[in-house]
Amino acid sequence: MLANLINGISLGSVYAIIALGYTMVYGIAKMLNFAHGDVIMVGGYIAFCSIAYLGWPPALAVLAAVVVCTMLGIVIERLAYKPLRNATSLAVLITAIGVSYFLQNAALLIWTSNTKVFPNIFANLPGLTLGDMQIAPVTLITVLANIVIMVALTLFTGKTKMGKAMRAVSEDKGAATLMGINVNRTISLTFAIGSGLAAIAGVLLCTAYPTLMPTTGAMPGIKAFTAAVFGGIGSIPGAMLGGILLGVIEIFGKAYISTQLSDAIVFSVLIIVLLVKPTGLLGRKVNEKV
Amino acid sequence: MGTMLKVEDLQVYYGSIHAIKGVSFEVNEGEIVTLIGANGAGKSTTLNTVGGLLKPRSGKITFEGKDLHGMAANKVVSEGMALCPEGRRVFQHMTVLENLEMGAYTRSNAEAAETLEHVYELFPRLKERYRQVAGTLSGGEQQMLAMGRALMSRPKLMMLDEPSMGLAPILVQQIFDIIVDMNKQGTTILLVEQNAQMALSIANRAYVLETGRITMSGDAKELAASEEVKKAYLGG
Ligand SMILES: Nc1ncnc2c1ncn2[C@@H]1O[C@H](COP(=O)(O)OP(=O)(O)OP(=O)(O)O)[C@@H](O)[C@H]1O
Ligand SMILES: [Mg+2]
Repeated sequence: MLANLINGISLGSVYAIIALGYTMVYGIAKMLNFAHGDVIMVGGYIAFCSIAYLGWPPALAVLAAVVVCTMLGIVIERLAYKPLRNATSLAVLITAIGVSYFLQNAALLIWTSNTKVFPNIFANLPGLTLGDMQIAPVTLITVLANIVIMVALTLFTGKTKMGKAMRAVSEDKGAATLMGINVNRTISLTFAIGSGLAAIAGVLLCTAYPTLMPTTGAMPGIKAFTAAVFGGIGSIPGAMLGGILLGVIEIFGKAYISTQLSDAIVFSVLIIVLLVKPTGLLGRKVNEKV
Repeated sequence: MGTMLKVEDLQVYYGSIHAIKGVSFEVNEGEIVTLIGANGAGKSTTLNTVGGLLKPRSGKITFEGKDLHGMAANKVVSEGMALCPEGRRVFQHMTVLENLEMGAYTRSNAEAAETLEHVYELFPRLKERYRQVAGTLSGGEQQMLAMGRALMSRPKLMMLDEPSMGLAPILVQQIFDIIVDMNKQGTTILLVEQNAQMALSIANRAYVLETGRITMSGDAKELAASEEVKKAYLGG
């Protein structure tokens, strides 16, 4: 029971970190970046290659993954989404799906479809023993990383000038422009942060579930998207709550109901929540412009 | 009194809709100039174009001798021009103080702190409610916040788009008093209003806009006395 809960929180923390990227990009650019999940996969491969081929220490490999994904996020936004800033949301959505396929196929070309076994980068760290239960270091670090990221983002958006400007852009781009805020740069920054977080999520995910292939990011991406909607898309605490709840529901579903049905359970919960509260758990109503 | 803002033969389109058809006007330093006109005449379009939110098809906008053509919209405020847009557009989910901070986005914290005191003097209500979320303010308070936010950039020219919209008469009077105060303290004002009577009563000069063209212009008192303006905009 407790072990399942801890596993659920750990998996949920990964979803939460990914969901933050979805939710921040949605909040600012009002678009669903369906390629976000595939950025996770790229992060996983970059870290893998840095360790397995270049022999870099894990910390450096994580850094490399973050740097590459951050840049990837900026480039994707610039090339694929920025030209569509005034296009219909359907056009943007289709483009995002296109970017997703592009990344998966590029990974297929570069790294082939052979599954890579991701090394346990936290093997040297001590775990935690609670009574007769072992908690793996990756679990601890995932939960810890989640908390640190949550706190950092809350401080960033709540206390810094740049973070507040980000919130201003998410509310009203025109008014933000009148304040002197560079909206394009703010959107770029959001993609950078979201994609950097995706890299961290990628490393944590691959360490916990060590198989890496070009489609690795797809399912966690969809689940994290679900988590973001579940918690209330656009809301940072919502992404956190949604992610963790989703992880816990998934693990409990697997443990007590059915392994095959666990995903179906997850999505059913989403549907029920959205029927009862269309804005998600912590979402707020979208204001109608007067 | 030099010319502060000069707009020449401005043409603005929304797609194929020709909204502004060759508008020219100027605002001199220290003046209150008002732009009046019926719904859909193109008042907001004109202000938004000067403020950089819309790109004109052609025409020239000069501010303090500098051609604003091709300037990024977010750079306009640094030139000394602030637009308090139609419908207020305060950041609803941010606090009063955060809204004001955003108004001073291009300035240093020290400069902003100084201006903040000044804005609080002009709008004591904002000081009382500095931690309140802007979306929960009353309409009048939101208008004050929008004006205070625009003031936070210390503009030389303040453009106001229908500041009296939707406010009770007593508040309208208060808002106009504050506009006059701001002007006395050295801010040049370009005011767009539906409430032509009030606008003409505080302005030095006025322009009348009709379906994208300026049809009359001159001294505000004289315009207010003219039969044409009385009939069309002053209800008799
Ligand atoms: N986003 C837009 N897309 C298309 N047409 C627009 C848009 N905004 C304004 N227009 C049109 O441009 C013309 C001028 O509109 P504008 O908003 O400038 O008028 P206004 O004088 O400010 O009116 P009001 O007093 O009602 O605010 C109108 O015919 C309007 O329908
Ligand atoms: Mg208007």
